[in-house]
Amino acid sequence: MLSRVAERIYWLARYLERIENTARLVSVYDNLLYDLPRGNSISWYNLIVINSGTEQFHERYKVKSERNVVKFLLADDDNYASLMSSIRMLRENVRTSRDVIPSETWELTNELYIYVRENISQGVNRSKRHEFLTHVIESCQMITGLLVGAMARDAGWNFMILGCNIERADMTTRMLDAGTFLAMEPFEESNVNLTQVIWSKVLRSQSAYLTYRRTVRRAIRASNVVNYLLNDEQFPRTFYYCVEQMDRAAKYLPRSASVRTVLKDIKSLKYVIESSQDLTDDFRSYLNELQIDLIKLNEVIVENWFAFKEEDAA
Amino acid sequence: MDNSWNKYQSDQFYDELIQEDRKPRKAAEQLVNYLSGLEQDELDQRKQMAEATIAEMGVSFTVYTDEGNIDRAWPFDILPRIISGEDWKVAEAGLKQRLTALNMFINDLYNDQNVLKDGIIPEYIIKESKNFRPECVGMTPKFGVWAHICGTDLVRAGDGQFYVLEDNLRVPSGVSYMLENRAITKRVFPELFENDNIRPVGDYPSQLFDRLASLSPREVEMPEIVVLTPGIFNSAYFEHAFLAQQMGVELVEGSDLFVADDDCVYMKTIHGAEQVDVIYRRIDDEFMDPEVFNKESVLGVPGLMRAWRAGNVALANAPGAGVADDKVVYAYVPEIIRYYLNEEPILPNVETFLCENEEQREYVLENLDKLVVKPANESGGYGMLVGPHSTKKEQATFAKLIKANPRNYIAQPTLKLSTAPTLIAKGTIEPRHLDLRPFILQADESYVTTGGLTRVALKKGSLVVNSSQGGGSKDTWIVE
Repeated sequence: MLSRVAERIYWLARYLERIENTARLVSVYDNLLYDLPRGNSISWYNLIVINSGTEQFHERYKVKSERNVVKFLLADDDNYASLMSSIRMLRENVRTSRDVIPSETWELTNELYIYVRENISQGVNRSKRHEFLTHVIESCQMITGLLVGAMARDAGWNFMILGCNIERADMTTRMLDAGTFLAMEPFEESNVNLTQVIWSKVLRSQSAYLTYRRTVRRAIRASNVVNYLLNDEQFPRTFYYCVEQMDRAAKYLPRSASVRTVLKDIKSLKYVIESSQDLTDDFRSYLNELQIDLIKLNEVIVENWFAFKEEDAA
Repeated sequence: MDNSWNKYQSDQFYDELIQEDRKPRKAAEQLVNYLSGLEQDELDQRKQMAEATIAEMGVSFTVYTDEGNIDRAWPFDILPRIISGEDWKVAEAGLKQRLTALNMFINDLYNDQNVLKDGIIPEYIIKESKNFRPECVGMTPKFGVWAHICGTDLVRAGDGQFYVLEDNLRVPSGVSYMLENRAITKRVFPELFENDNIRPVGDYPSQLFDRLASLSPREVEMPEIVVLTPGIFNSAYFEHAFLAQQMGVELVEGSDLFVADDDCVYMKTIHGAEQVDVIYRRIDDEFMDPEVFNKESVLGVPGLMRAWRAGNVALANAPGAGVADDKVVYAYVPEIIRYYLNEEPILPNVETFLCENEEQREYVLENLDKLVVKPANESGGYGMLVGPHSTKKEQATFAKLIKANPRNYIAQPTLKLSTAPTLIAKGTIEPRHLDLRPFILQADESYVTTGGLTRVALKKGSLVVNSSQGGGSKDTWIVE
């Protein structure tokens, strides 16, 4: 497989996952804000913080309003991580690697692109947002389903697994960070069980709510949820699972020693959470460390397989 | 709908589907009867369906404009153009004959040059041709074939006979649109494929693959074949990706390849370097190898010519093949066929005046308002003068151009291009002019596509079919 093509498949998978995650995130947040007591300090702006987009946001907007935040996350062409930008990048990557992926991928991607381009304002306005985001999520799942069902389990597939899981692992750490951050906020007395509200939304953002209930069989407690999303061995979006998947993919691929070393380092980082009291700034630093390691992993993947040096080959 | 065929009129032109008595030609009977049974609304619905299909399939082409490159949806007319199996048999034989002779001609030019010594073709054609590559002299590619993939433009004139308008021997494009057009038509008119005996077109990619594989210099079971594209900004990128995918080979850009010290070509893969045997290159000669041709080119692969000359890689088409893709050479093709094959040409040329020849030049200059003047080396319909549609001022400009550089211009009578029924807005069917580009392959064996790409001038009365200039296309049926 060409290094360039491998790189495009890797990014294709990352963008596909990112689009779905962004849509999911906005959708869950929308839902969360309805359930929180009025007058709380939680705002849409938290989403910008979770996505490390504060600097870029302030270059473009003065007011931290719902409209501006959602616009920035979904529609903004200047935000390279917005849904719209990710879809453009997905389309370019699919377009330029259509000789190695199922041909219907291009048709589905193009349909998604056309839909988003024409309906993006629906995502920004509250009334039709849910419908819009659901359509985007479903389209992504359709493309993922097609790839799972029709791609040979060859090198291309394994780069897809790498791209998809690095993005998922990153998202999982961000969601845990968001939950921890919210849970640390002092709320005034209210009738709402905030822990329940916040952590069940975190689970839902990962489509993990029902499996959590079946697997953990305990009430939704912060520590349980965090442990589940970090360490569960069966659910496909937990940090542990994503890292294992990446390691299996790397093992399949040629010349993977350097990548597997980084993965081993990541696996060795553990943080014990016994009760909700352990969800502190320390824990948030740990999550931050995981994110930095994922960035490093990306760099090593790029250097190892995509940045080709002719001298090495001869 | 029934009555509209009575109004359909293609005066003084040969119509592909409808005879002069307004009855359908035999091969088109089923289609015309079927269309007559459709309401206008239904026809419009099918047209919309085709447009939606094209958008979904992402069939597009790029147009270069001053405002930047625009990716446009492929303009497609849903009414197919039909050619009878009998007519096609003749055209097919003629196309194979023509390419065989052209390849012998190219090989001769780069070696013994008997064709010049015997005075069949004047020497200036080679000396002044900008597509003659001295770097290729002395080479004989496998099977003696230089142009492995050729797109020949055919037109049907008023007499219903096919004429060759030009041969594209450099990097002809359009074959993917031929295949996509069929895919669209199958979705739009599925019921027609049940009744009519329409010959399939889908075997082109496997034919292309087999012919390319036969070119491999290494005797290996699975030669490494690649399609070399200038990249996603090229107007034919869609086709490059399409063909690579259909053949199951790598689509590479110049930066994916390199030539090592052993004069072999390698591609950069996740396993390291892998040797490449055959390159179907969709990059012009000039940009192929910065070591030899355009030094500024970043699209090509430095050392590619070195590897080709050493016989370590096959290039399709071979560099320098474009020497026969010259409108002046074109005028001599009937002679070339007689000279090399000792046969009469099956497909005639369009009458052509060479401005180099004094007598013919005088005639051209006196009749600029009636003739089509073409530069010898341009493609895509650029830099042409269509006499009857031109102003006095344009004619004067061309007169000057011709006098300054007569060798660079040829002229042809304005052709009475054939027409076919075309769906214009709101269920109205009108005749529009069209041509046909079949694709011919030659390596260990020869192959001609079943039909080809029909291009249609969508503007009323227009003769310009190029997609870059407002042309569209139709599915082409060979019906037994």
